Amino acid sequence: MRDTPTDWTAAEIARRVAAKECSCVDVSQAFLERAERLDARLNAFINLDRESVLREAEAMQARVDRGEAGPLAGVPIALKDNISTRNIETTCASKILKGYVPPFDATVVERLRAAGAICFGKTNLDEFAMGASTETSTYGTSHNPWDPSRTPGGSSGGSAAAVSASMAPVALGSDTGGSIRQPAAMCGVVGFKPTYGRCSRYGLVAFGSSLDQIGPFAKTVEDAALIAEAITGHDRMDSTSLDRPAISTRDLKSASLKGAKVALPTEMFGDSMNPGVVEAVNRALDLLRLQGIDAREVSIPSIRFGVTTYYIIAPAEASSNLARFDGVRYGPRSEGEGHIGVVERTRADGFGREVKTRIMIGTYALSAGYYDAYYLKAQQVRALMQQEFAGVFKEFDFVVSPTSPITAFPIGSLDSDPLAMKLLDYCTIPANMGGFPGISLNCGFSEGLPVGLQILGAPLEDEKVLQFAYCAEQVLPDATVRPPLP
Amino acid sequence: MSISLDEVRHVARLARLQLDETEMLSLQGELNALLGHFADIQIIDTQGIVPTSHAVAVQNVWAEDVPLACLPRTEALRAAPYSKAGLFVVPMIIEE
Repeated sequence: MRDTPTDWTAAEIARRVAAKECSCVDVSQAFLERAERLDARLNAFINLDRESVLREAEAMQARVDRGEAGPLAGVPIALKDNISTRNIETTCASKILKGYVPPFDATVVERLRAAGAICFGKTNLDEFAMGASTETSTYGTSHNPWDPSRTPGGSSGGSAAAVSASMAPVALGSDTGGSIRQPAAMCGVVGFKPTYGRCSRYGLVAFGSSLDQIGPFAKTVEDAALIAEAITGHDRMDSTSLDRPAISTRDLKSASLKGAKVALPTEMFGDSMNPGVVEAVNRALDLLRLQGIDAREVSIPSIRFGVTTYYIIAPAEASSNLARFDGVRYGPRSEGEGHIGVVERTRADGFGREVKTRIMIGTYALSAGYYDAYYLKAQQVRALMQQEFAGVFKEFDFVVSPTSPITAFPIGSLDSDPLAMKLLDYCTIPANMGGFPGISLNCGFSEGLPVGLQILGAPLEDEKVLQFAYCAEQVLPDATVRPPLP
Repeated sequence: MSISLDEVRHVARLARLQLDETEMLSLQGELNALLGHFADIQIIDTQGIVPTSHAVAVQNVWAEDVPLACLPRTEALRAAPYSKAGLFVVPMIIEE
């Protein structure tokens, strides 16, 4: 095995930097070289500025030299481009934010820097995180490191591809209906969505405010837990932030699989799933059973209505959140007649097709005459889903399933069917509806493409989910396999 | 339930999106396809279920009334396409 920083985990980088075995600048330099070489093919980054990365690395090294190495000392972290970064353009992969340079950092960015991490570029996403493939990005699609003719999944596809290809050791994404876990599954890396409210949304450009949550991508569960520990904890700048301490990594490695009660929802193993995916997940479950997990089938009927419920609630919230893009305070402004004309033209020119469709669905679902039939009904189904899952979590520790119904698909192959792409969120949506913590890790392959195993826990049981995933990672032989890249 | 072209026009107006006829027609088709699929939840019996708008309920969040540093005006205006005299500039809204 080659011994270069791009092969190291974040934990290893921080340890070596703190022990002065290598410098922050050496580490960043190695990742910059690899990213610059590979990104021509993968398009994982919207913006990766060598100068600013090296400037941050030098400043961090000075801190280390003063004896102030944090738990993430010198760890480069790529950030999804809907997370605000002071003095670094933040576009949401939309024309309407082209050239927008935020005057402030998101809370997660401040906390990562405080822990010693280095902001390592802004990654590609579906426009405003609306999509499951990065294909709606105005900067073009990203490519899957396992097969560049396929998408990396989405919406945080750039972050997933960057970590999978070792262009960055770790990255942040955001998850509204599966946008961290689904691309993590398709790129064969770890993706973790904390309990809603454990990670501040301050500075995350809002999509569906009651669903959005920031979380890490990593090559190992330990790295994902380290990042989660750094970014979570109460923040007064986000009124939905829970008054709880940060996620702790203290007991990460001290749990065991023995006796863990695991629910397997039949709705997530049936007809709607690709057989190769189900096979890989079942093989992994057999290995976990040998370690003593007690896994049983359950039925959670509301899962079948998750996609519809989500595609009413999320666009409704988005139509309200995206009203702020009017060409007054940021972004380019188009010519038009009067104030309303200017706003209507600016939005018509600035938003892409998928974003317009979702704004239209949301506006329609909230409009007079349709509110009860769509929005109110969806909110009731959301409550029903929360009740059904609460019942399951009384009896079981975890709900385990495939993360995505299919593996990475060829670029452009789902374009003609607007529903097909939306069904990809089928297994991930419940965690957003109920705010549950959820993680995806690679559990095997189907026809050479990674298959994700999703583990959900009850709200606030983030640590327990991470412990289970850590144990699973130790016994699943494909959990940390990397794509064969030059 | 199916959505007419007039309704598409009305919703686009509410959403402040200027769409041309081609876009309207294609959005009409897509919205109808999606709304057709969305009909599945109408069959669920939700009588007596209290709707929720949140994942994890948080109520009455209070903060100490302490002034914090805020952005200087020049910083807040920096991203605006048009500004003047420390203000955001928009087209005239009230005619003389």
